Order: sequence, then structure tokens, then C-alpha cells
Amino acid sequence: MASASETARAADAKDRRSRWLLSAPALLIIFVAAVGPLFVMFAYSFMEKGDYGDVKFGIFSLDGWSSVLLARDIFDDTLGFADAHLTIFWRSISLSFYTTLLTLFFGFPTAYFIATRPATSREIWVFLVTIPFWTNLLIRTFAMQQVIRNEGLVNTALISVGIIDRPLQIMNTDVAILLGMTYVYLPLMVLPLYASIEKLDFKLVEAGYDLYASRWQVLRRIVIPLVKPGIVAGSILVFIPSLGAYVIPRVLGGGKSMMLGNLIELQFGAGRNWPLGAAISITLMALVMIALLIYVRNVSRTESGHG
Amino acid sequence: MARRRNFDIRVQPGFGLIALFTFFSLYLPIAALVAYSVNAADSLSRWDGLSLRWFISAWNNQAVQDASIRSLILAAWAATFATIAATMAALATTRTPRYPGLTLKYAFINQPLMVPEIVTGVALLIVFSRIKVWTGYSGLGYLILAHTAFCIPFAYLPIRARLENMDLTLESAAADLYATPWRTFRRVTLPLLRPAIIAGFMLAFVISLDDVVITEFVKSGGQDTLPTYMLGQLRRETSPEINAIATVFLALSVALVTLFYFVNRRRP
Repeated sequence: MASASETARAADAKDRRSRWLLSAPALLIIFVAAVGPLFVMFAYSFMEKGDYGDVKFGIFSLDGWSSVLLARDIFDDTLGFADAHLTIFWRSISLSFYTTLLTLFFGFPTAYFIATRPATSREIWVFLVTIPFWTNLLIRTFAMQQVIRNEGLVNTALISVGIIDRPLQIMNTDVAILLGMTYVYLPLMVLPLYASIEKLDFKLVEAGYDLYASRWQVLRRIVIPLVKPGIVAGSILVFIPSLGAYVIPRVLGGGKSMMLGNLIELQFGAGRNWPLGAAISITLMALVMIALLIYVRNVSRTESGHG
Repeated sequence: MARRRNFDIRVQPGFGLIALFTFFSLYLPIAALVAYSVNAADSLSRWDGLSLRWFISAWNNQAVQDASIRSLILAAWAATFATIAATMAALATTRTPRYPGLTLKYAFINQPLMVPEIVTGVALLIVFSRIKVWTGYSGLGYLILAHTAFCIPFAYLPIRARLENMDLTLESAAADLYATPWRTFRRVTLPLLRPAIIAGFMLAFVISLDDVVITEFVKSGGQDTLPTYMLGQLRRETSPEINAIATVFLALSVALVTLFYFVNRRRP
């Protein structure tokens, strides 16, 4: 019997080896062009900045990290908080938060609406949400610009109706970014919400009404708790890309309203401060990881609650 | 408090209205974009009637031609490499009991989805700019490599899903009939897997075609793809030519997604 188990073990080892070989190309490509560079960037964040971009290779410095939040006063050389950076951090976090709230406000009724359609037309409604989802982000951002710019759809309509006589300045403000992100990321909220509302057992809703609950009570006490996993998944799917948004604030914020993504780009472009750019990138990644951790904790709690 | 006869337990007041408004707002900007692309006027602020002049001028624009061709070549290479690597990885990570390193593989394959694009973009800028100086090579290879990496998780998704739902009996039958493992793979597994591989390739192709952030940081001078060309143009006073390009791009994406739907829905 020993020899049989030995051959089994040998076959097992061979299987293991071929599985590593098979996955090697994918792992290698991702290591070279995604994971590895992040480590290099981490190292760069601890080097001294070069005079014309890049870094002074191998020269250790904490300036990159300290200037994420601190700035030296150009007049008296004292160290204070970098107000510009703090503003951008705050704008990124709060705009991402409001984007999540807005997509939830519009996305939840939409997902609920789709889930309560007859099975035959449901697929068409879902498809209508999927099309914008697969359309180029830049094109959708540009499309939003057509609606909110000074000579755009909204302003032209409002002026022709006579509600306003001068166009509303929406472009290049935080509101423009908020509208753009809500528009672009809405499908990311609707799709997971739909997946969980579709599984909702409406017998429970009926039971609620039998016990004289109002529509609002049924929604708040029965529907929302049951579809909470979808709400959490949708929120995280919207919040994370919002936090790292680059194209939307660049096109709609017009360089006046910057988010973290644009601050990072600035350091690698005109700012010529690669260590600072690297440090901000790692901070952004850390914020994303925190959001993901909250999500994972939430999911495991919901799962253990049900099981 | 007797319940009304027509009381529908599934209805929530106002939800239908908000939903219809949402669908309307999802398509309004796209409609505006398309409308301005067939506008005869020189600027985006006037409407001068229908015309295809902006499509013609975009078609004749050398920079647009170059960028479009580059985008398609890049997407074709990246999607091909990503699909091959993802198929192999999917075969290695499904239909097996958990083994040491499996979680690590999942984490690796999904890594491009977890990190904001801007972060990957600048990290690649750091590494590739140095390699470009060392080797003197600044061709399309960097873009193909970078695109392949972030396309892998998208190609992996449908292939893995299909493998996990696949019936093992046919493969065991082939083995029982003395087929070699390679022959079994070639004649049984691969044909069964084909729809998922096509779906994965198409997803990867669309993802590569759409990318703007990572491309913007990896490209060398004169290596604009269609999205980075458009991003550059949006900085300036935009002409309706951009709308025409965007409309064509949009039509292409919609066509690919529709095709993807049909490929994915067809069950053998």
C-alpha cells in the first residue's frame, strides 16, 4: 500500500508543478507590469528628488513623505501643514463620499425597479445599464461635459425657458466633478444592488404588510436589511474608483478643482517631485485598502449573521 | 385598515419615477454627444442642421488615423497575450482542491483591479522611463506589456467561471479511451471552453481599447492612442470633430458589448 500512496503523492507533486508552470506567464506579466513597479515606487518615495524630475538614485530622504502633509513656509522657513494638499485630500474623500450617496439615492430605486419588472423585460433593463458601463470612461465624461458646460444642454434649456439669463457656471467646480462621477459610476452601484434585490423573497414583504406595516416601514425594516450586502458592495465599488479618479476631475474640474489623482500627476509632471508623488500614491493606495478592509469585515459579519 | 384590492406589495412609491429619471439621465449625455457630432456648425454652441462633415474631417485627420490604428494594434496584441495567459492561469487555478499558493495566485491575478489606475500608471512611468534610458528602446512593447497585465483579470473572469461549471465526465471519458492529456485538452476541454475564451478576449480587447490613464503615463512621445489623443484635445477649445470620433468609438463599444452578450448567452 505504501507504494500506491507514494505514486499518488508523486502524481500530486507533478500536478502541483504543472499548475505553477501554467500560471507562470500570468503571474510574471502582472509582476513585471503591475506589482513590481509598486515596490520600486515605494523605494522611490524614500529618495531625494532630482532637480529635473526623477530622483537622486540611492540617496535617502524623508522629504517626499513629510511634504505629503507638511510644507515649509517660503518666507520664514517654518514647518506648517500643507493646506493645498489637505484641501485636495479632503475634496477627494468628501466628493467620493457624496458620489456614493448620490449613486445610492438614484441607484437603489433603479435596481429595485428593474428587479420588480417581469422576467422577460428585466434583461433589457439590465442591458440598458450595462451599455454605459462598458462605454469608454473618457467618452462618458466628455458626454457629461456636453450637458453641463456653459453652452451645454442644461444651460441652453434653462435660458430658453427663461429661468436664468446667464449660464450657470458648473464646469470647473466641485459640483461638476460630483455630477460626472455620479454619472460615470452609477452602473457600478446599480448592478450589484440589482443582483441582491432580485434574490429578495417578497413573501417577507407580504408578511410585513399583513402585519400592517406602512410602505416606508417595509422598505426600512425588511427590504433594506435584506439587501444590505448589495448596498455595501455597490458603495465600495463606487467609492474606490472615485477616490482614485483622475480623468473626470481633469476634464470637468479643469485644473481648478484637483483630486488626489491629479495631485499625483502634477508631481510627476510640472511639479518635478517624484518622491512626493510616490508618497501620495502610496497614501492613496492605503486609503483604498482601508475601504476594502471595511468592506471585507462587513461582508464576513453579514455572512456570519445569516449562517 | 383593510388592504385595497389592487395593492401591489412590490411597489414602492416614487421608485419608478426615480428609475425612469435615472435611465433618462444615463442616456441624455450620450444623446447630446451624438447630436453635436452631426451638427453642421463650427462650434458646439450653435445648431446648424444635420451634416456628416465632422466625421469626414476626423476620417481625414492623420493624427486620428494613426491613433486609431495604434489603439487597435495595441488592443489586439494585449488581448491575445492576456487571453492566453489567463486561460492557462484559469486551468491552473480551477478544478483542484486548495493547494499552497492558490490564494496568492488569486491575489496576484486580481491585483490590477484593486489598485487605482493612476497609481499603477505612475509606478510604470518610474520603472519604464529608466528602462527606456538603459535600453534605448521606446517602442510599443511597453504599452503592450502594461495593457496585457491589466487585461488579464478581465479575460480570466469568464474563462474561470466556465471551467468551474464544466462537466468533468467528458474529459474522464476521453482519458478512459486512452487519449493523452494533451489530446484530451485539444479535442475536449478547449472546444468546450471556446465561448468563454472568445468572451474573455473581447472583454480584454474593450478594456485595452478604453484605457486612458495607464497609457497616458506609459506611452513615449508620438505614441498617442485614440483615448489619449482625445484627452489631449479636450484640454483645448474642442471642435465637433471630437464628438464625431467619440460617436464612432461609442458605436464600436456598443457593438462589441452586444456581441459579447450573444457569445456569452449561447449555450452549447
